[in-house]
Parts: sequence; structure tokens; C-alpha cells
Amino acid sequence: MSGFLLNRLSQSIVLLVIVSIIGFTVLNLMPGGPLAQFGLDPGMTQKDVERLAEQLGLNRPLWIQYLDWAWRLIQGDWGHSFRDGSSVLTVIGRHLSATLLLMGTSTALAIAIGSWIGIRGATHRYSLFDYCATVGAMVALSVPTFWFGLIGIYIFTLKLGWVPAGNMYTIGDGSVLDYLHHLILPSLVLSLVHVAIWSRYMRTATLDALSQDFIKTARAKGLSERRILLKHVVGNALLPMITLAGMQLPSILTGALVTETVFTWPGMGRLFLDSLGYSDYPVVMGLLIFSAILVVLGNLIADIVIATVDPRIRLA
Amino acid sequence: MASGIQPVTPADVALSVRDLTVSLPEGMERAYAVENISFDLKRGQILCIIGESGSGKSVTANAIMGLLPKVIRVSSGEIHLDGINIVGLSPDKLRSLRGRVVSMIFQDPLSALNPLMTVGAQIEEVMAAHAVGTPKSRRSRAIDLLNEVGLPDPQLMYHQYPFRLSGGQRQRVMIAMALALEPAILIADEPTTALDVTTQAQILQLIRDIQRRKGMSVMFITHDFGVVAEIADYVVVMEKGHCVEQGSAERVLKSPSHLYTRRLIAAVPHLTGKDRVPLQAADRASILKVECLAKTYRSGSALFGKRRIVPAVNGVTFDLTSGRTLGVVGESGSGKSSLGRLLIKLMACDSGSILFEGRDIAGLSEAEFRSLRPKIQMIFQDPFASLNPRSTVGHILTVGPVAHGMPYSEACERARELLSHVGLDSGAFDRFPHEFSGGQRQRIGIARALMFKPKLLIADEAVSALDVSIQAQILKLLDQIQRETGVSMIFITHDLRVASQICDEIAVMHRGQIVERGPPSQIFLDPKSSYTRELVAAIPGEQAGSMLEHAANP
Repeated sequence: MSGFLLNRLSQSIVLLVIVSIIGFTVLNLMPGGPLAQFGLDPGMTQKDVERLAEQLGLNRPLWIQYLDWAWRLIQGDWGHSFRDGSSVLTVIGRHLSATLLLMGTSTALAIAIGSWIGIRGATHRYSLFDYCATVGAMVALSVPTFWFGLIGIYIFTLKLGWVPAGNMYTIGDGSVLDYLHHLILPSLVLSLVHVAIWSRYMRTATLDALSQDFIKTARAKGLSERRILLKHVVGNALLPMITLAGMQLPSILTGALVTETVFTWPGMGRLFLDSLGYSDYPVVMGLLIFSAILVVLGNLIADIVIATVDPRIRLA
Repeated sequence: MASGIQPVTPADVALSVRDLTVSLPEGMERAYAVENISFDLKRGQILCIIGESGSGKSVTANAIMGLLPKVIRVSSGEIHLDGINIVGLSPDKLRSLRGRVVSMIFQDPLSALNPLMTVGAQIEEVMAAHAVGTPKSRRSRAIDLLNEVGLPDPQLMYHQYPFRLSGGQRQRVMIAMALALEPAILIADEPTTALDVTTQAQILQLIRDIQRRKGMSVMFITHDFGVVAEIADYVVVMEKGHCVEQGSAERVLKSPSHLYTRRLIAAVPHLTGKDRVPLQAADRASILKVECLAKTYRSGSALFGKRRIVPAVNGVTFDLTSGRTLGVVGESGSGKSSLGRLLIKLMACDSGSILFEGRDIAGLSEAEFRSLRPKIQMIFQDPFASLNPRSTVGHILTVGPVAHGMPYSEACERARELLSHVGLDSGAFDRFPHEFSGGQRQRIGIARALMFKPKLLIADEAVSALDVSIQAQILKLLDQIQRETGVSMIFITHDLRVASQICDEIAVMHRGQIVERGPPSQIFLDPKSSYTRELVAAIPGEQAGSMLEHAANP
């Protein structure tokens, strides 16, 4: 196990280096560079821009800039935002909790509802329920999220007036109830597509488990269908799902671009979009590395969980 | 049926099947899985149901367990379990019978146990499902059961997960589970088919011992008359959903009355003790000379963690005379399939030499070896998986030779010729593999190998997946082909009986090494190594004075 972990860790570091190099290069390939926006500012002369570039170290060759950035990163200095000068980690920290709240809720909802739909669809295969679930998942997967978001706002905010149209809390209120009130619509909209994905995978995994010989053994032992489902089917069906859950982990913390924008949710997705708009390269790079680390971690955690749950891997 | 005149099952009958008909959904190749079958399983007896694939024997077992899939249902007839007619019984009542009155063990012990639960928990589950005992009493009963089925260290075994156990051990766990509530009837659906021959002998012994000790009634499903001769008191022969013959084991084996039974018994390969008359080839040259061939499997990372090192083939030396057949016999894990893969260079060996027609091919690179490839061809075990389902038979046959430079028209001509040669009509050329039965597909596989006019054929368990009657036909075909073309053959198999049919010489492999080599008569009648003796003794139905032997040599 420890050998396996060491192996994976060394692979991950190589991966992170490659991702950061590609990210850094692509970002700096964009025409204009971070200071282009000042070119049109009448209050700034060419000299001012050059001095700014000198100050920020942007006039050095790209590879030196990268090495400098990477060396600082290793020491824990993720750089400073061009926009307000606060450190990148602080900026990320400010937006993390909002995303965590939204994505955590919607992912938990998606896994719970999606698992239930998937298992029920498999045990009642080709029933009306299964048919509706299949069609529903197709619709949820093919219709873009922002459309669901806008329709949700139209019906539940404009027509019915049940929930607010956006933001995370009402300024001046900020109670738990107020947060929940704001959370309902975006988390439901966001979980729609995840329910669709999760239920399809869960249905397949359950069907797979149901067709195994040991299910027949369980029936031959005289177990009730309920016990067979809970003790023999679900456990085996969830095994392949752990990997899927591991792949979901990064998105819980990196947020959802579209949904956060539609609902003006102050999360990581919005931060990324805004930083890109402002050519705030240190923050964009910070977010890139942050999500790369999460992808690596998510997969690693999934592997560890599988190894803990599955005795075949645990002891092998 | 009016009450009162309902036939009462005699007290000495544990299971009675009366006029059972199970219908299949529309669109299947026949309307009924089984039709009008009747038989009785007497208390304290072993009833063998024998038949080839598609005979309806497993459907019968599942009907008795109340485990038929929804689309397949009993359309008429009765099944009396311990006096209760279970046809039409509610699912709950059926469930309460399963595991308590009748229990079942399956063919493949590798997949029949839940990989995520310990052995002990799976045994206790039967008792818990029928609300028998307390957690503590169930636990001690589970350990007793593990002891009873002869598993070493039951206390430790109780906490093991199935993947840690060998196939034979897992089947013992299955038996322990089936015995937990001392059912009146045990149904065993091909319980030894997936096991090695020595393990099979042990499991058969165990089932017979337990059956005698407990006075249990056993319904044993098999396709192997050797197993029937070992274990049966009473035999039911099934063919295509019908019961064609039944009677005491002695009667059916010694004087089978139905044509199908006679054919089945005749098809069972035997240790004849006579050697094959070898082909009279002009040159007695050696075509293949293998010296000190070795291959070791290494897994795990070299940098981190432990490495697993398994010597699969360990210093194997033999030679093969042109036009002869060498049988390589061994149990699973003996290295026989690895040896086959080394010879055809599907993987590289670690050391040793393979002299093919005097040239060492062991060290050749793939590019250098390519021109020799047509000369060494392989016939695979699984006729279902080894043919591409999306290619026509014609394409499957011609693609290889065309790649090696044969003009397409010539390849087509040869393919049609070979198809009729292996006993298929020429219309097969444009059809797809799924339109053929298992035996026919294996014929296609043989034709494919012959397309190259090979000098050496390597058949890896080429008849293991086939029914006995088909097996006999394919063996005959291979024999005929060798006599016509003078091709040399290496026949890899786990079945000594099959090897004795077709081989001029047999090499017995054990743990990567050849422990004994000789003509079949010597291997079977006068084995030199103790391992060979063990293997020969484990063959079902071959003991001196066995009923089957009488049947075969009247």
C-alpha cells in the first residue's frame, strides 16, 4: 500500500509540472499579455506600462518567469493578484466557501437521488419508471444548464416568487435560513445534470452486479430480495462508482462556471471567469494549479477508498 | 384436479417431478426448455441428470429451486419437494424453502461467492435469513461447517475473503453454506466442471461422504459420464428438453437402451491403454526441439513495493517428431498454456532455445519471425471468443494468408476447399460466426489455422469448451487432418482422457516443469512420477472395474 502511494505520488508530481508548464505557456501565448488593457488607458504612457512590466518582472524571458513562479509556489507563495494586490491564496480562500456550499449540496443531492433512481431503474428494468428515468436523463444531459437556470428563475422567482433570483445571501440578513433560501434553486439546477449522469452509471453498475453468480447464490440461500439488494447488490455496484465520485471531487471545489454566473453566486467559477477577463494571470495560474492538485487528489482518494472497501485490492 | 385424488408422494421420495413443462419465450429455437419430464429422487440417493448443453438440465434445477427468470415459466406439471407441490407457490413460501429444505451449489465457485463478504458472514447469512439461532450460535455453527467440509483452520477461514481461497476451497465453502440448515435435498449444478481433475475427485468424494453421513438426497447435474459412474445411484438422461432414458446407474451405464445415451457413452474419451498408430511419414526428422525453455512472470513495481515472481515455465526440454502429436497435460497453473504461448512466440521467453526445423526461433525479433509465422499456427480454446463476430467466415479465413502475400482469389478458393474439408458446407464462407454452433465454430478455427499450410499446429484446450459428442468429432477431424497433411501437433489439455485419444506421446506438466514424458500407455498404466499417478487416479469413472469401463468394452 505505501509502495503504491509513493508510486502514485511521484507520478502526480510529474503530472503537476507538465500541467503547469502547459498552462503557463498557453496563458502567455494570448495576444497582448496582462498589461494590454493599459495600452488604451489615456492616463498611462508607454513608459508607465514599461515600468509596470519591470516591476512585475514581466519583461523577462518566459522560462525565467515560469521558473521564478514555480520556485515561489514550492515555497508556498502563490503570487499576488494583479487586480487588488492580495495574495492568490487569499483570493481563492474568499471564494472557496461559497463554491463548497453550492457544489457540496448539489453533489450530495445528485449522488443520493441518482443512486436511488439508478438502483430502482435496474431492479425494475424496462418498467415505466425505468423508461421515464432514461428519457429524463437524456433531457437533462442534452439541455444546457443555463437554460434550466433561466427557466428556474422565470418560474420560481418571477412567476411564483418563491426563491430569490441570485446571490448567496440578502445583504443585511445572512441567517442560516436566508442562505438555504438562496441555495435551493442553484443547487437543484446544478444537480440535475449530475443526477442524470450518476443515475445512468448507477443503473449500469447495478445491472452488472445483479447479473453476477453470487446473486443467484444469495437467492438460492433463501434471502429476501430486500436483503439481497442491500447486502449483495448495492455494495458491489458502488465499487465502480467510487472512481466516478473521485472524479467529481475537483468540481466540488472549483465550482461551476455557468451556474455560478447565472445565479451571480460568488464562487470559484465566477472568480476564474472574472480573473480571465481582467488578465489576472497569477490568479488564473493559481486556480489552474489548484484544480490540477484536486484532480490528482480526487483520483488518489478514490483509489485509497476502493482499496479500503474491496478486500481483493486491500490485501493484494 | 379434484382434492382427494391428488397423488400422494411416497414417503421415501424426497423430490418428485411430474410431467414438468417449462415454456420459453417466443422467438427462441424451441417452444419448451423442458417438456413433460418426470423423475423421482429417492431419499438418501444421488440422482444424476446428464445431458449436453441445451438439454434443459439447468432449467430443471432452477425450476425446482423456484429460481427461473421471469420470462421462463412452468407451464404445466408438478414439483413435489418433501411432499409440497411448489409450482404456483407464492414467492415468500418458495423463499422459505430455499436454503432450508433444498439448497444448491453452482458450477463456478469463483463467481458464486460475494467478493466483499467474508466466508463466515456468507455462511451465517443462510441461518439468519431463516431466523435460525442467535448470532453466537450461528457463528459457532459456521465454524463447525467449515470444519465439516474439510477446510484447514476453520477459525481463520471464517474471517477470510473468497479471493484468498483456491477454486476447490471455494467450492467447499459453497457446500458448507448449502449444508448450514441441513436441507433434505442438495442440488449440485455441474459443481466440479470448473475444477482441476484432482480437485474434482476430492469434491466428489466430499459430496458423497456428506450425503451418506447425513442421509441427504442429492440431485447432481453433469455432462460427464465419468462423473456419473463415480457418484450416481440413479441416472436421468436428457436431450433437447426431453428425458430420453432413466434408470439405475448400473443399468443405464451397462446397457443403455436409448440411442442418444449410447452415443453419449461412446463419445466419452477413455484411457484405452493402447497407443495410437502413428503416421508413417517418410522422414523421421525432428520438427521442433525445445531446450531448457524458461519464462518467469514478474509483477509489481521494481522501484516500490514487493515484486511477485512466478516461474511459469521452468527448464522445459522436449522434441517433437514430424507428423506426430505431443500432448501437454497439466492442471491450472502448471504452465502448459504459457508454454504454448512461448512456442508460438506470443510472448518472449527468458532463456532456452526453440529449434524449429533446425533454426532457433527463441531469440528472433517479431520482424524476423514473421515469415515463419504461417508455419506455426494455433487453435484456441473458446470458439466463441476467438472469432471476430463482425467478420464473415470468409474474411476470417483469408485475411491472414492475404497479409502474408497470397493472392485474394487463391485464398478464397483455398478457404472454400478447407471449409468443406472440415465438414462445413461452402455457404459458410459468407456467413458470420454467430450463425454457427460451438462445434462448427471450432471447425472454422481449425480451417483458419490450416489456411497457412502450417507445419506445426498448437491446440490450446481446443476441445475443452465443447460437449463430449462434439469433442469426439473434433478429435476425429484433427486426427484425419494430421494423417492427410502430415502436420505436427502440440495438444495442450487438462483432460488426460482427451490426450490419450489423440496423442502419440504425452508430457505431464507440474509447476512449470515436465515431470514425466512417454507414450499414453506408459503414462496411464505405468506412471513413473507420483504426480502422474495422482492425476491418473483422479480421473472420474476410470477406476479398475468401473461401470463405465464395462460399458465401453463389453
